[in-house]
Amino acid sequence: MLNVLLRRLVQAALTVFVVITLVFLLFSVIPGTYASSLQADKRDVSAEVLERIEAELGLNDPLPQRFGRYMAGLVQGDLGTSYATKRPVADMLAGRIWASFRLACGAILFAVCIGLPLGFFAAMRRGTWLDTATMSLAVSGLSIPAFWAGLVLMYLFSLKLHWLPTFGYGSGGLRHLILPAITLGIAPMALLARTTRAAVLETLNADFIRTARSKGMSEQRLVLRHLARNAFVLVLTTIGLQFGSMLGGSVVIEKLFAWPGVGSLLIDSVGLRDLPAVQGAILVIVLFFLLINTLVDLAYLVVDPRIRYR
Amino acid sequence: MKAGANLYVGGGIILLIAVLAIFAPLIAPYDPVTSANLMYAEEPPGAQFWLGTDEQGRDIFSRMVYGARISLFIGLAVQVMNTAIGVSLGLSAGYIGGWWDEMVQGLTNLMLSIPTIVFALALMAILGPGLLSLLIALGMTDWAYSCRISRAQVLTQKSLNYVQSARTMGFGPLHVMFRELLPNIAGPLIVVATMGVGSAIMAEASLSFLGLGVVPPNPSWGGMLSSAREQLMVAPWVAIFPGLALFAAVLGFNLLGDGLRDLLDPHGKGRK
Repeated sequence: MLNVLLRRLVQAALTVFVVITLVFLLFSVIPGTYASSLQADKRDVSAEVLERIEAELGLNDPLPQRFGRYMAGLVQGDLGTSYATKRPVADMLAGRIWASFRLACGAILFAVCIGLPLGFFAAMRRGTWLDTATMSLAVSGLSIPAFWAGLVLMYLFSLKLHWLPTFGYGSGGLRHLILPAITLGIAPMALLARTTRAAVLETLNADFIRTARSKGMSEQRLVLRHLARNAFVLVLTTIGLQFGSMLGGSVVIEKLFAWPGVGSLLIDSVGLRDLPAVQGAILVIVLFFLLINTLVDLAYLVVDPRIRYR
Repeated sequence: MKAGANLYVGGGIILLIAVLAIFAPLIAPYDPVTSANLMYAEEPPGAQFWLGTDEQGRDIFSRMVYGARISLFIGLAVQVMNTAIGVSLGLSAGYIGGWWDEMVQGLTNLMLSIPTIVFALALMAILGPGLLSLLIALGMTDWAYSCRISRAQVLTQKSLNYVQSARTMGFGPLHVMFRELLPNIAGPLIVVATMGVGSAIMAEASLSFLGLGVVPPNPSWGGMLSSAREQLMVAPWVAIFPGLALFAAVLGFNLLGDGLRDLLDPHGKGRK
């Protein structure tokens, strides 16, 4: 157990290092980055001034030296200084991680609360209209462009029904969270409904259910009791499978709902060609993703003793 | 749901979109770009403009029809690139093995640890917006799944007789990989590629929605939605119809992929 834990952590750390290197290299090979970021600002800067600024920022040093400096900074939590705001990137990110985290949690909560029961009842009433409707919903949920679903929800619930605010973060209350969380949760909800249905159908065919059925016991209660144990694994699997695309999706959803998270910072920084901020935001997203995947893998070990890693 | 139904519904949707894309100049009543006329800004759907007009007075139906061209082109081109990269890497990794296999697997895991759209965004930040950057950014970032599948398939087939005989007959590794192995593992790869076209269309739309993909005024479904939020109150049709087209296209490719899987793999062995 401890051995596996250690190996997973080493693996994750290695991936983090490679990703950091990759992102650094990607953003170091582009010529004249700082200059283009100033030009994007529509500021006229003479060549000499530009050269002096680049020298000051150490942009003309050889690559290994810059990489060493970047890594040394990273270890101390220094992600560089934003070209656009002149603030430390780490500070800009710090305030936004919580917002993104809340959004992700809300989306997962929605997916679990709707997807699990839907999949369960669809399987219990296999072949009925409920089953067909649920499965059509699941296929649609996986195909629907999230940002468009968000627009439609926004139109219905904010503009027509006036139940919820259209966009923004508000004062951090729940009301502003509902629509973006549902929007982001649609795809994992659909996937969870599908996997739950498959799992329940499999359980229904198991021997112990047939035995119980022949003894006249209620099927639904039995399946429910048996499934309660497996449900957690299902949720974990779905989160593991969907988290990457959810993080990607949240970038778009945050922008749509003007949600002040890491994703919208990423988009805004890409638009401004503010490379240190882009680099920082990508690092945070990848770290977050790796963290969740590692946690999911470890949780498997705890939940399901049959799963053993080599 | 019946297996055949998926295939026909999905195929039908895609066929319809393909027809719209190919015959766009004949079908679209207005020019998608130059027909801007503020006199007709934000007209609701009606006899003159079937699906209404946008904030610049351009006909939404016409822009949607032309948008099908961009979506299909990007979707197919991107998936061709991804499949080419993924299959070449996966085939060679599985066939050659050794350090090459280790390296390809490491690279695949790395690609999987970065959400595709985030990776694409990073590349777009470096390359700048535009069609070519879009192709590079999306066409080089979503090959991990094809790679994994083709590698796994090769591992199960490598020791079979037909591969062994081809080697005995003196065919080189390239011939064995692409002429012997590839045709025999094509089934699951086609399924993955079909669904991949859907996700590529979605990715293009997302980037264009964010203003980082297809450059305006070129009509792209995602781009048409980018200004929709601000007009949601006065002109909801600006948001509704391009999104529906996008939804239909992605759904079409997903259904077609599901249907093909049932067709090519009746025992469900290749199911995720």
